Amino acid sequence: MTDKILYDLRGVSKEFIKGKEKITIFDNLNISINEGDFLAIMGPSGSGKTTLLNLLGGVDKPTDGEIWFDDARVDNLSESQLAKWRANNIGFIFQFYNLMPMLNAERNVELPLLLTRLSSKERKKNVAAALELVDLSDRAKHMTSEMSGGQQQRVAIARAIVSDPKLILCDEPTGDLDRKTADEILSMLQLLNRDFGKTILMVTHDPSAATYAKRTLHLDKGEFIEKDLAA
Amino acid sequence: MSDFYLVYKNLTRKKLRFFLTLFAIFIAFLIFGALAAFDKALNAGVELSADNRLISVNKINFTQPLPISYVRKVETIEGIEAVVHFNWFGGYYKDPRQQVLTFAVNPAKLLAVYGDDIAIEEELHNNWLKNQQGLLVGKAIADLYGWKVGDRIPLNSNIFSKRDGSSSWEFDVEGIFTAKFPQADTNNVYIHYKYFNETQSFGGDFIGWMGIKTTDPARNEMVIKTIDEMFVNTPFETETVPEKAFQQSFLAQLGNIGLILSSVVFAAFFIILVIVGFSMVLAIRERTNEIGVMKTLGFSSVRIFKMVLMESFMLIFLGGIIGLFVATFFLGFLNNAPQFPLPDLILSSDIILRAVAVMIILGLITGIIPAVNALRLNIITALSRR
Repeated sequence: MTDKILYDLRGVSKEFIKGKEKITIFDNLNISINEGDFLAIMGPSGSGKTTLLNLLGGVDKPTDGEIWFDDARVDNLSESQLAKWRANNIGFIFQFYNLMPMLNAERNVELPLLLTRLSSKERKKNVAAALELVDLSDRAKHMTSEMSGGQQQRVAIARAIVSDPKLILCDEPTGDLDRKTADEILSMLQLLNRDFGKTILMVTHDPSAATYAKRTLHLDKGEFIEKDLAA
Repeated sequence: MSDFYLVYKNLTRKKLRFFLTLFAIFIAFLIFGALAAFDKALNAGVELSADNRLISVNKINFTQPLPISYVRKVETIEGIEAVVHFNWFGGYYKDPRQQVLTFAVNPAKLLAVYGDDIAIEEELHNNWLKNQQGLLVGKAIADLYGWKVGDRIPLNSNIFSKRDGSSSWEFDVEGIFTAKFPQADTNNVYIHYKYFNETQSFGGDFIGWMGIKTTDPARNEMVIKTIDEMFVNTPFETETVPEKAFQQSFLAQLGNIGLILSSVVFAAFFIILVIVGFSMVLAIRERTNEIGVMKTLGFSSVRIFKMVLMESFMLIFLGGIIGLFVATFFLGFLNNAPQFPLPDLILSSDIILRAVAVMIILGLITGIIPAVNALRLNIITALSRR
């Protein structure tokens, strides 16, 4: 982990209007994430974990405050600018993999590369490297529906890293997996953080999953409680 | 992989739905292509009608005869270049089911009036003029029965009989005429009026109608007036009209074919609109979560809008092109069918252009609603749907 701040949330607030009621999720939330960090965010249901992930992933905007990424403000970007920013900087891993069922594994991994200027040959090379990293080279041509949950999540990890993003956001990445497979996936994320320097932010309910992170933040009623769990 | 590949994979992911929808589109465009070609072929006579040609018939109706003496009188009218007269022979070859459209004409004037439509070698034409039993055969008929120049052909009439009691006339094939353009009809034959008139047993010296070529279309009105006034208050009054109007009124007797065809095509496309539109809305709704994922990965809303629209266009164009392709074969088959009554039943370029325009409109209408839905789709809402 370096001293360089990759992500900086400054006084972020998020409110929803539900009917006539105003619901405050966060009020004046501040958090900095350094480059190379592996951060687990835990908290009870309704604590705002997913909303925070949405804000960090640029799929939602704060009601107030600023979000800075790599020394550039991103909360004021337009929708199309945010789409470009996400494509260039963020890799996403979801709980239910969210792979495209009509595409095979390598085509799924290639998907984010359609947003780059890479040639077909370069794309193939990157896809092969990503699949090799998640140990799925031999299943590149398989449809994802023919794969186990763990394998599908590994395809999702390959998709998240193929365009070499600075940050990987994981939303309950092991929530749909058995313990053994979950450990494999978490070890893989740990490897990406440790050996490839990827900054990872993981939302999880699972305390044992959080142990793979360098530090854990507990979110409760829109406020953080930090616990260091240095690996 | 490209956006096009993604669209294709999305389109074909539910094979049964894809093929059923495609089949419906295919049928609609097959109907469109075939009916449009029929409509065009039916109207070919109207389109081909020369501006400087008139038709003069008995005022009662065109099945009633006119005296042959009218021809000479009409020929003297100023502004007329040539007159050819016709008698309907009602011919068939060997079997009444093998109809041969046969007209008895004054041979010397046939090409003078209709030489812009049909072509024949000069030598063969001269041979036909010299031989009263000569038969001038359209290429379609010659091809159908395998007739060649020099063949002696028996033709029967289901209207007239000969003075010897038989209804069979013998003819020598002297020439085979071709069309100068595809729409011109070569599905008929011409015989000498003199031979027909001298050998038939019914009252002679009558003709069916006159084909008249004027020296200038501008003189048509004057010529029409002169002819009809010439025979007013006689037992055989005439009604003379431009050839185009005659063809139109002939077609009108068959009913408003254009309206019938348009109604059928409209109904077919309306059904397609509902089927494809519903199918597309359903398909995109089912993929809400995937669209959300793509947007999350960085695909812009506009790009996804284009992909959904492209999917709709791809479906319509695929079905449409297959439909037109099969229509071409179907029309080709009909064209080659013996005695098919319409000349040049083809999918012309203007029909194809109309079909493409329809494909674009259908693609746009059926794709725009799901495309806009995809464009507006909020990522958070989309990701929450599984």
